[in-house]
Amino acid sequence: MRVDRAAWWFVAPALLVIAVFFFLPVVAAFLISLTDFDIYALADLANLRFVGLGNYLKLLQTPLFWQALGNTLYFVGAGVPLSIAASLGAALLLHSRLTRFKPFFRTALFAPVVTTLVAVAVIWRYLFNTRYGLLNYALGGLGIDPIDWLGDPHWAMPAIILFAVWKNFGYNMIIFLAGLQSIPDELYEAARIDGASIWRQFASVTLPMLSPVVMLVGILTIAGYFQLFAEPYVMTQGGPLQSTVSVLYFMYEEGFKWWNLGSASAVAFVLFLLIFAVTALQLRGKRWIGG
Amino acid sequence: MRRRVQAPLVNGLLLAAAALTLFPLLWMVSVSLMSPGEASSYPPPLVPERATLGNYRELFGRAGVGRYLVNSVFLAAAVTAVSLVFNVAAGYAFAKLRFAGRDRIFKLLLGALVIPGQVAMVPLFLLLKEMGLVNSYGGVIVPAMAGIFGIFLVRQYALSIPDELLEAARIDGASEFRIFGAIVVPALKPIIVTLAVFTLLGTWNDFMWPLIVLTDKDLYTLPVALASLSREHVQDNELMMAGSVLTTLPVLLVFLALQRYYMQGLLAGSVKG
Repeated sequence: MRVDRAAWWFVAPALLVIAVFFFLPVVAAFLISLTDFDIYALADLANLRFVGLGNYLKLLQTPLFWQALGNTLYFVGAGVPLSIAASLGAALLLHSRLTRFKPFFRTALFAPVVTTLVAVAVIWRYLFNTRYGLLNYALGGLGIDPIDWLGDPHWAMPAIILFAVWKNFGYNMIIFLAGLQSIPDELYEAARIDGASIWRQFASVTLPMLSPVVMLVGILTIAGYFQLFAEPYVMTQGGPLQSTVSVLYFMYEEGFKWWNLGSASAVAFVLFLLIFAVTALQLRGKRWIGG
Repeated sequence: MRRRVQAPLVNGLLLAAAALTLFPLLWMVSVSLMSPGEASSYPPPLVPERATLGNYRELFGRAGVGRYLVNSVFLAAAVTAVSLVFNVAAGYAFAKLRFAGRDRIFKLLLGALVIPGQVAMVPLFLLLKEMGLVNSYGGVIVPAMAGIFGIFLVRQYALSIPDELLEAARIDGASEFRIFGAIVVPALKPIIVTLAVFTLLGTWNDFMWPLIVLTDKDLYTLPVALASLSREHVQDNELMMAGSVLTTLPVLLVFLALQRYYMQGLLAGSVKG
């Protein structure tokens, strides 16, 4: 079997990299989360102690951790449905037979997805400016008083959600568009012959045919939105009043600002379990509905 | 009759949506050409009174952005080049070559896609520190030399290479490496371009890991440098916009040039489930 030996030459480099720089660290993350790894252990491993689930128990008593969890759930809970609705709406418009200049619109709506997150976050920080921001200027035209978008603890997270939807909706739009294109025309024709209105066609043909795609997009988007980090880092630094500290932002500060690496690993694991649980729940829900 | 109402409505809505997505980007370019302080007035000006490249001069002069640009270009190119070789070779082998445990290993890799990369960050940092790679280009390049997503993308595409083609070459006495170079790589060209664009943009735009592993200012990539500059220069609207243009324009141009390949990769990648 000459082929067998050559095959290993092809896969070994990639597998080695993934094993050493991904699988090993993931396993190590769990072990480190059971220790009090901190700046002293960083200097000398002799200072390392095993603390069992101590880091996890301590997290449960840390108000900022709970707040970060709450903020992240807020971001996911409001951001994902908004984002998916925007994606679906844009995809339906792009798919319409009446649309002109399709390639232009597709590219224009997709453009924010490929931009550099940090760069566009900087732009939006200025758009959100209370005094000179164009957003407040536009709202002023509608007779709405200026909002302190990034300085008011009630508005900072909505502002970040707005920004995230703008940045991300194009991605799922493309996936929905492909899904719409794969629905056979005959189904719509049959519905039209039966006298179904546009809304009726949407509810009884488009949505059911698209539901596997919506499911997939939902799972991927939720997992992605749980990983909120750069937006608050650039736009609010977690503030005001820690209203935009996300779980990852908390992990970053805990690990790489305060060098509590044991505790940071525990945070990372909690995030992983959370994403895993939500994904599993969705898959189970899908089976239950009969997908 | 109804068509006459609907067509303007559909196109009008799309036009409004496109205005919303493009406006911040166009505004960024416009403000980057304004003189210092000009954008901080009310009502906010849309176009510069007198367009100037002063902000860009300041960026390259005093802020030393040229250095970050070089870092970003080098890292994106290096990661793309190395990871392409590793991922394409592995993706092809998973699709077309037989070896013990192939399917089991592939399943394991697919399963691992649900693990967010951030879980590995703390131990990865410690590992790279042991290897002396923290605060060096290597800290960004080495962990990115291969990726599950890239292997998966290549494998799906490579499945369509006809086995007869490879068998014929083997009967002719070609070595596996020769077959890879002469038959497989040309056949995989479209997916190689797709993966290259994905990796290039992904590495360029990456923020959290370079922020962690590159602590020396001289090694910063553009996004990391921009984030740090924007914390210092909160009031310097125009300068920051020039920095944003410099950071995001290169990737936008690459995307526009290779859009077809990018969209293909996006759709192929989303089927992973």
